[in-house]
Amino acid sequence: MRLTVTVNGERREVDGLWEGESLLYALRERLGLPGSKNACEQGECGSCSVYLDGTLVCSCLVLAGQAEDREVQTVEGIAPDGALHPVQSAFVETGAVQCGFCTPGLIVASHDLLRRNPRPTDPEIREALAGNLCRCTGYEKILDAVRLAGERILETQTAAQAGSKQVCDTSLGGAV
Amino acid sequence: MDFLQPTSLTEALDIMSAHPEALPILGGTDVMVELNFDRRRPAQIVDLGRVAELDDWGAENGRLRIGAGVTYARLIADLGERLPGLAIASRTVGSPQIRNRGTVGGNLGTSSPAGDGLPPLYVSDAEVELVSSEGRRRVPVERFITGPKRNSLAPGELISAFLIPEAEGPQQYAKIGTRNAMVIAVCSVALALHPSERQVAACVGSAGPTPIRALDAERFIAGVLEEGNLWESPRALGDTALRRFGELVELAARPISDVRGTAAYRLHAVGVLGERTLKWAWNDYCGGSR
Ligand SMILES: Cc1cc2nc3c(=O)[nH]c(=O)nc-3n(C[C@H](O)[C@H](O)[C@H](O)COP(=O)(O)OP(=O)(O)OC[C@H]3O[C@@H](n4cnc5c(N)ncnc54)[C@H](O)[C@@H]3O)c2cc1C
Ligand code: FES
Ligand code: FES
Repeated sequence: MRLTVTVNGERREVDGLWEGESLLYALRERLGLPGSKNACEQGECGSCSVYLDGTLVCSCLVLAGQAEDREVQTVEGIAPDGALHPVQSAFVETGAVQCGFCTPGLIVASHDLLRRNPRPTDPEIREALAGNLCRCTGYEKILDAVRLAGERILETQTAAQAGSKQVCDTSLGGAV
Repeated sequence: MDFLQPTSLTEALDIMSAHPEALPILGGTDVMVELNFDRRRPAQIVDLGRVAELDDWGAENGRLRIGAGVTYARLIADLGERLPGLAIASRTVGSPQIRNRGTVGGNLGTSSPAGDGLPPLYVSDAEVELVSSEGRRRVPVERFITGPKRNSLAPGELISAFLIPEAEGPQQYAKIGTRNAMVIAVCSVALALHPSERQVAACVGSAGPTPIRALDAERFIAGVLEEGNLWESPRALGDTALRRFGELVELAARPISDVRGTAAYRLHAVGVLGERTLKWAWNDYCGGSR
C-alpha cells in the first residue's frame, strides 16, 4: 500500500506499507522519524504522541492509511533545525529527562497543553499528561518543566506584545 | 488485508454489503490494539473516518441524533451542557489522546460491559441507529447490547448514530478505578433525573455481562419522591432512603470477580456509588438545576 502524508510540513510518499500497520510504525520504520517511541502499542504510555491534523493522538492507535492526505507533526517538527523549543529546553534544565524514552511523547503532550493554556494549574497539568507514563522521574521534575516552559512562553508573548505596542506607539507618535 | 476508505455512507454500505465480515474502524482505539497484538486479521478493514455523515450531530424530533464518529473530546466540548451525564462519563475515558480519537460509536461496537459511554445511554433510554444497504433500523440500547462484547449488529450493518433526549434534570456518572485516568472501570453507576416523567433512572456498569438498569431501586425512589411530593417541593432525601436506594442498586448488579476486582467488592461499590450519585443529583435538583 502507498501512503501520501504531510509530515512536519513536508509532503512525503512511501510505498510498500502493510495495510494493518500503525502510523507509529510508518513514521519510525518507513519515514525515518524515530523520535516517536514505541513502548506499549496499546495507547497506554503516550510515548508515541503526535499531532494528527493538529490533534494530539497516540500514533500507535492510528492506522497508517487513516493519515492519508493528512498533516502529521512529530516531536522532530516541534522546533526548527538545531534549535530547542521552550518546552524542550525546560525539560533539559529541570532534569525532567532521565532515560529519555518517555520524553518525546511528553514534549508533544506538554506542547499541546501549553499552546492552549500557558498558565496551567497543577491539576490541569496532571490531567493533560495523564496519558503519558514515565518510569524514571517520578513526574515532579516533569511538572517543574511544564511550569517553567509555560512561564517562558508567557514571557516571550508579553515581550512580543510590548514590542508590537512600541512599534504602534512610535507610529502613532509619528502620525501625531 | 485490504484497506478501504469510503468517503460517503452510501459507499461505506456498498463495501459492507460486498464484504459483510469487513472490520469497520472509527477512532481505532480498540481496533488498533487488536491489530498491533495480532489478535485480529480481517480480510478487509474499512476506515469510516472520512464518512462525513457519521461525524455530525443535531436535533431531531426533540432528541439529539449524534453520529457514531463524534469523539469523546467533541461530546465534552459541544454537548457537555445538553448531555451532562454522558460528558462526565466521557471525561473518565482513557487520556486526552484517547478522548481525541475514541467515539461512542466505537464503544457501542465493542459492547464491553465496562464501556463508560454505555450506562449514560441506558439511563436516558437512548436508541442506536443501524444502517445497511437494506435500510435503517433503530434499536433501544438495552436491546442492542446482548452480552459481554456481543451486540445485535447484523453482518454488513454499521452503527450510524445514537439518539438521546437532552437532559431535563441533573445527571451523574461515577466510576471506580485505581487512578483518575487510564483505567477500565472496576464498576460504575450512571444516574439521571427525568422530572417530567417523575423518574430517577439508574444503571450499573462493569458489574454484569452488560450494563444493567436498577429497576427496583428506580421504583423504590419514585415511590419515596411521590409520597413526599418532593418533585414539587424538593427537600433533601433522608439517609434511610438513600441507603435503601444504594442497597437496591447493589441487588441489580451481577458482577464477576476478575483482575480488576472481586464480585463482592463490586457489589459493595455500586451500592455506594448508587447512593452518592442519587445524593449529588437530587441535591442539584433541590438547588434549582432542573
Ligand atoms: C489506553 C486506552 C484507554 C481506554 N480507556 C477507556 C475507558 O476509560 N473507558 C472506555 O469505555 N473505553 C476505554 N478504552 C476503549 C476505547 O477507547 C473505547 O471503547 C472507544 O469508545 C472506542 O472507540 P473508537 O472510535 O476508537 O472505536 P474503534 O476502535 O474504531 O472500533 C471499536 C469497535 O467498534 C466497531 N465499529 C467502529 N465503528 C463502527 C460502526 N460505525 N459500525 C459498526 N461497528 C463499528 C469496530 O469494528 C470495533 O469492533 C480505552 C482504550 C485504550 C487504548
Ligand atoms: S506506544 Fe503508543 S501509547 Fe504506548
Ligand atoms: S525518563 Fe525514563 S521513562 Fe521517563
